[in-house]
Amino acid sequence: MWARAARLVLRAWAGGRRGFTSKAEPQESGRVTAEVIEHLERLALVDFGSQEAVARLETAIAFADRLREVDTDGVEPMESVLEDRCLYLRSDNVVEGNCAEELLQNSRRVVEDYFVAPPGNIPLPKLDEQESFSQS
Amino acid sequence: MAAPMLRGCCPGRRWALACIDHSSRHGRGAPTGSRCSGKRGQSSVAPQHLATAGKPRKGEHEWAAVVGLEVHAQISSNSKLFSGSQVHFVAPPNSLVSFFDASLPGTLPVLNRRCVEAAVMTGLALNCRINKKSLFDRKHYFYADLPAGYQITQQRLPIAVNGSLAYSIRVGAKRSQVINKTVRIKQIQLEQDSGKSLHDDLRSQTLIDLNRAGVGLLEVVLEPDMSCGEEAATAVRELQLILQALGTSQANMAEGQLRVDANISVHRPGEPLGVRTEVKNLNSARFLARAIDYEIQRQIRELENGGEILNETRSFDFKLGCTVPMRDKEGKQDYRFIPEPNLPPLLLYDSESLPAGADPQQVVNIDQIREQLPELPSVTREKLVQQYGMLPEQSLTLLNEVGLLEFFQNVIKETRAEPKKVTSWVLNTFLGFLKQQNLAVSESPVTSSALAELLDLLDRKAISSAAAKQVFRELWANEGKTPAQIISEKKLELMQDQEALEQLCQATLEEHPQVVMDVKKGNPRAINKLIGLVRKATLSRAEPAVIKEMLEKKLSS
Repeated sequence: MWARAARLVLRAWAGGRRGFTSKAEPQESGRVTAEVIEHLERLALVDFGSQEAVARLETAIAFADRLREVDTDGVEPMESVLEDRCLYLRSDNVVEGNCAEELLQNSRRVVEDYFVAPPGNIPLPKLDEQESFSQS
Repeated sequence: MAAPMLRGCCPGRRWALACIDHSSRHGRGAPTGSRCSGKRGQSSVAPQHLATAGKPRKGEHEWAAVVGLEVHAQISSNSKLFSGSQVHFVAPPNSLVSFFDASLPGTLPVLNRRCVEAAVMTGLALNCRINKKSLFDRKHYFYADLPAGYQITQQRLPIAVNGSLAYSIRVGAKRSQVINKTVRIKQIQLEQDSGKSLHDDLRSQTLIDLNRAGVGLLEVVLEPDMSCGEEAATAVRELQLILQALGTSQANMAEGQLRVDANISVHRPGEPLGVRTEVKNLNSARFLARAIDYEIQRQIRELENGGEILNETRSFDFKLGCTVPMRDKEGKQDYRFIPEPNLPPLLLYDSESLPAGADPQQVVNIDQIREQLPELPSVTREKLVQQYGMLPEQSLTLLNEVGLLEFFQNVIKETRAEPKKVTSWVLNTFLGFLKQQNLAVSESPVTSSALAELLDLLDRKAISSAAAKQVFRELWANEGKTPAQIISEKKLELMQDQEALEQLCQATLEEHPQVVMDVKKGNPRAINKLIGLVRKATLSRAEPAVIKEMLEKKLSS
């Protein structure tokens, strides 16, 4: 149920990106539920943190929703704003690299020229319960 | 619980799964499609069939497995897909990384022409339709070895679609019968590889090396037209041979240049396809078939016990020999695909559509690449059969063993022996020794020239075939010696002296009057005993046929 809602929110976000979504379904309400927030936090690895942030998200969705007011029937979607440009092709030569020292300066922790990252990738707790996110 | 009774297929396995025959298989749609796999005309019968499915009767314990594959092949190129940093397997950590590969702000992707050509060439070799316009998309997921937080791939419109891959499977008691099969290829897409993570569980941290990040990959999607591990492994092997023949990928599984994910489900023939699981990271040719067969068995067991198959991702634990559910990044998730805003559509041309005056460096001509296609493994095999009178299964073996074809060709070049004789020696004796000691062709102590020389001596009738086997054993054990040296040291050359041989025959007859009596009484096998005794006396230096002739002459006189 909530997964469906999440998709709706994401579709609302992607409203302008045709080609991925079929006709956007009508928005149920401007509200974003706690479950949806949790799902988005996990997907984007961001912490909305406060009710204020959630309110800001809701405003942003409402703002993006106004795109629906434009009648796009019969208008072929563009692939990208660069779609009429030539895609430049590079010849297969090695011209970059060898800059580990500079790159590693961006890392808070380094071990023998490796970046060090925390184990796993999902910092949110209750991973097991979140497994159910995969089902829809 | 009674073990599921399975209809025979995939011979050579202790358990066998019901193969869906070809006619029914082609009727099926998308991988996830749930259309009946039976013939179309039967659809009116299907509901009835389903109704009785609840209560299993005798003979209904049959399961059919459906296997589809996603193969990732690293493109063999000097530099990465979208950056000018080097592609190399062994290098100090993070030394082959550009600012773009590390996803620093302000960097942009610049497409490598070589990768595009490799994809087109692979698509042509796999009978694909090449899309003259293809698109790049971003696939988002978070993982420490994916610095941008997304992978550039081709989700909406890949570079090549609707191909096919033919492969041959061996069946029969001696695996001497060859069955030709085909798997459809859904698509080939260009995409970026990720970096590598080294998990340090002890210190609870992950070490990241981005050398692999951004290397060009060909993702080849094979439709679920396979029905067991062996079929899948054979199809992958054929794909590997094709990629290597094309030079588009080195496709070395041990170095991670070829990685396989398998989608597996089981169902009762005539019923909709079952829920599938995905077994990830099958990175070893040895375990590919085993992992798939294990997963098929697991699903059958689960369903027979009234359980349910979850649509989940699993990995194969080669130590335990089983598949286990995976969590972590592989958990089902929303990839939030979006068009890659920094790359316009990729346009390809053929000789007809090539714009006049276009910069040749900036256009890829499909027809030109088609002309450059090298000989494919199937053609090489066909030629071996035609040229050397080989059996199809022999040509399969010759190509499947790394370096064996080259070894064979070198022997053929240097010897006057019959090609059939060479084939037999290379595939039986030589390969047998290699297998026994678990060696690769490149590790063989016997060189192609040494074998060629040995076969020449055999061809000239300088030695008997039994002696030739002995010389081969000596060659294997004493690297560096030539066949001629071994023959003279061990005095293995055939007795050229007819008189001496006759004397030995005479002596044998005199020493074994009982056997001679047996021969005279009409025992047909007694003569063989005499031949054996003479051969022993000659230290295997005489051909049995010659001895036989001589003995018969003496006995009849």
